[in-house]
Amino acid sequence: MLAKRIIPCLDIRDGQTVKGINFVDIKEVGDPVELGAKYAADGADELVFLDITATHEGRKTFVELVKRIARHLNIPFTVGGGISELADAEKLLSAGADKISINSSAVRNPQLIDDMAKSFGSQFVVVAIDARGDEKEHWTVTVNGGRIPTDKELFSWAKEAEDRGAGEILFTSMNHDGTKNGFANQQLARLADSLKIPIIASGGAGAKEHFVDVFTKGKADAGLAASIFHYNEIPIPELKKYLREQGIVVR
Amino acid sequence: MNIVIIKYNAGNIESVNNALNRLGVNAEITADPEKIKNADKVIFPGVGEASTTMEYLREHQLDRLIISLKQPVLGICLGLQLMCSHSEENDTTCLGIFEEKVKRFVPKPGDEFITKVPHMGWNAVYDLKSDLFSPEMENRYVYFVHSYYAGLGEHTAATCNYILPFSAALQKDNFFATQFHPEKSGKIGAAILENFLKI
Repeated sequence: MLAKRIIPCLDIRDGQTVKGINFVDIKEVGDPVELGAKYAADGADELVFLDITATHEGRKTFVELVKRIARHLNIPFTVGGGISELADAEKLLSAGADKISINSSAVRNPQLIDDMAKSFGSQFVVVAIDARGDEKEHWTVTVNGGRIPTDKELFSWAKEAEDRGAGEILFTSMNHDGTKNGFANQQLARLADSLKIPIIASGGAGAKEHFVDVFTKGKADAGLAASIFHYNEIPIPELKKYLREQGIVVR
Repeated sequence: MNIVIIKYNAGNIESVNNALNRLGVNAEITADPEKIKNADKVIFPGVGEASTTMEYLREHQLDRLIISLKQPVLGICLGLQLMCSHSEENDTTCLGIFEEKVKRFVPKPGDEFITKVPHMGWNAVYDLKSDLFSPEMENRYVYFVHSYYAGLGEHTAATCNYILPFSAALQKDNFFATQFHPEKSGKIGAAILENFLKI
């Protein structure tokens, strides 16, 4: 049976791993290649590297970093952040990335999903969606790290992304991100029921139980988290052992 | 040891070379027929679409070269599918090294956990029957990304179950192939590549 995936996410700024709490108050936590290799050895199923660099120089550093990651890492990895045209994706593909994730650029130019899927295959294209829900359960898609609301709505946008050729959806609930109170299982399950592509759940992981919930109640294919892994609050081998005991199929 | 990775219009060939480098060996990525013929080991990786890739191989006469090889050859992912007789992907006649046929996964209605195509992620391999594998690899997890699969047959060297049991690996004489990506399958994948280098 296909295993549920555990995916640590590393935010990269100018070649270094950082983790923002609620996307602000950034702290450095180490060398991405070293950290990635440690996670791979610990049993991470995949890794995501998000470039949060704003400068042109930083971007060049990131492509070099991706090459270094590809040389050292023996599991698949996704890279994202600042990818706004085909040429960006092509650079990262030839640097050795297995998948790319696009977020704001896909919202601004949805055709980008079609173009990337056609050029590199759907398996290469992860569409990341940051959304915030209100008390009426309306989930607004946001861009720029959750700062700017758009006129798109989570469920219809996810479906459109699938129809345009996305291979996976990475959904971050801005309501849950940073809270450590668990994932947005209700919304995740609704996504899982309406889509045919795998869903990566992000935002809210704070305890081992949250991963059981995200795979059962949330019906997610993969659970993504950052700080709980970076600060070793939940070591991956311990998490996997727990999931196995709870009857979740993991590697 | 002289290892060659066949260079053609497929994606991510470099990642196989990266995996070999991690094992301390270096491969040459080339389309030169002489170099391919004279290599000790040949790797035929690939991510892509069957019909355009077969067309490319024919144009460059790599199709005839590959089937004539006598040294150990390892096909990976699309490589495995192209080594079969036929692929449903755009109704493509393939190299015919293995008689097995390549079909598209059809989701089983009603089963919420296995309705997704592509088959993407880590899945267990079993019934291992090839020098590519060591006994302790039985039921261990390797990394797959594919929408098409080779059915079970005489040359099945490993089985995986997704929607239905299919060939996770094939072997016939000097030809080996894996549907999964050993270069992305952690320690197990590295050990499989190492086993191939020892054949």
